[in-house]
Amino acid sequence: MTEFDQLYREVILDHYKNPRGHGVMEHADAQAEGQNPFCGDEVSIYVSFGDDGDRIEDVKFSGRGCAISQAATSMLTEMVKGRSVVEIAELPKEELLEEIGIPLTPIRLKCAILGLGVLKVALHKAKGTPLPEEWAGLDELQLT
Amino acid sequence: MAVTAKPKLDARSIRADFPIFEQQFHGKPLSFLDSAASAQKPRQVLDAMRAFYETSYANVHRGVYQLAERATEAYEGARQTICSFVNADSTREIIFTRQATEALNLVAYSWGLNNLGPGDVVVVTELEHHSNFVPWQYIAGRTGAELRLIRIDDAGELELDNLDELAAGGNIKVVAANYVSNSIGTVNPVERLSAWAHEHGAIMVVDAAQAAPHRPVDVQALDCDFLALSSHKLCGPTGVGALWGRRELLEKMEPFNLGGHMIRKVTLERTTWGELPYKFEAGTGPIAEAVGFAAAIDYIGRVGLEAIEEHEQTLVTNALERMIEIDGIVTYGPPPERRAGIISFNLDGIHPHDVAQILDLDGVAIRAGHHCCQPLMSRFNVAATNRASFYLYTVPEEIDRLVEGLHKVKRMLG
Repeated sequence: MTEFDQLYREVILDHYKNPRGHGVMEHADAQAEGQNPFCGDEVSIYVSFGDDGDRIEDVKFSGRGCAISQAATSMLTEMVKGRSVVEIAELPKEELLEEIGIPLTPIRLKCAILGLGVLKVALHKAKGTPLPEEWAGLDELQLT
Repeated sequence: MAVTAKPKLDARSIRADFPIFEQQFHGKPLSFLDSAASAQKPRQVLDAMRAFYETSYANVHRGVYQLAERATEAYEGARQTICSFVNADSTREIIFTRQATEALNLVAYSWGLNNLGPGDVVVVTELEHHSNFVPWQYIAGRTGAELRLIRIDDAGELELDNLDELAAGGNIKVVAANYVSNSIGTVNPVERLSAWAHEHGAIMVVDAAQAAPHRPVDVQALDCDFLALSSHKLCGPTGVGALWGRRELLEKMEPFNLGGHMIRKVTLERTTWGELPYKFEAGTGPIAEAVGFAAAIDYIGRVGLEAIEEHEQTLVTNALERMIEIDGIVTYGPPPERRAGIISFNLDGIHPHDVAQILDLDGVAIRAGHHCCQPLMSRFNVAATNRASFYLYTVPEEIDRLVEGLHKVKRMLG
């Protein structure tokens, strides 16, 4: 595979062109927005919890960004649905990166994990889950 | 499409002076269309710095040995080169800084903090780089002064018709503008702004970081009061820039950084400041970088700034003609005759990061982002743009590659 094919492989283009979970959620149980100051990209994440309050029932996202950030956030919404809040709060970024499955330069890495960072901030705000410095230290995650 | 007017500058032979072009990226020759962010360095500049370190390096001033004298001579010689480059009256008016950004901060802090207060107005333009925007916004906030904006029209040119409305009800103290916009290439009518500033008793501060590499900059003709320069955008090293300021203003100003070298006498009770320009040069300066800066000025001077400007105009005219034929492209900025070799653009619905990434895989380097101009991005209602910028080493084939690359992006993501 050429570098080009790797970077914009079919699954990335599919999520980019047909993003899952794209939209705004009225009455979300948790919500946050963040920015990537390198490119000005913005993403808002909305979460609803299941009846027990411990599980992520649904996730939506809105905002603007590059193919990598849009596709990564789209994949993220599929990955986290039905999983426990605590588990996602602790989810290592490597799990998402593995799912994305393409080599990323440091700059593009920030695009890819923006949505995950904002999701963690949303959970932190709603549920008080720990926000490790790796994410909390990202000043661009401006809390709403 | 062929370039119609034969440029007076031989970009191909100039290109051979730049070692960076000897390598390939992703298996392709480098098409470097990001000189507006920072220009590449010719061998002549690298050689001058190396020769200086190998034969003439010591700390400057105060050394009594021959080597220190030689280093001082080179450093002060660089100051003289910059002085002539901007047609200043005296080397006392040339202050070495780390970048144009530090030069602008120096003015904002040393002049602004002590001369601004409630009721005063600082005027900046919507086109500014953050380096000539954020310091003024901050210092205005600290002093209670008001920050007002000269807006731009849809072509990215300053709206100067209602300047006097802008002045109403406030005491204008500072007008700060760039000479050339780094983001969309607009060449601003600085002489006119200087005249307007002076009518109101304000000082005129010019950010010439993006202008000096591409067109002659003459502080007498511009009739400004401060002017900031950068070395790295005109083929010199990073880590050095310069501020030119009117002597009578500099003399009245408080120092900026404090420490060694900028003093006259230090006692336990108080310290007095050194003469110009040393009052503003605390600590060991960027000595070899200044030597490289001067070598870069000599280099572009030999090519000729008029020839560089004409070369860029030919390229930008040609590139714009071909780019606007691409379906869904939006270009920002004025017509070629009033812009430097910079084209900012967006492809409908495709994020600039993706455009730049796909071009990179073909060895074409452009910048994607807000170009340190977020107020300008808001004006155009975008988060980011793509920016292709040209310089003296840019050859027409690079525009072919850019245009082909953009068609490829459209095919992939459009």
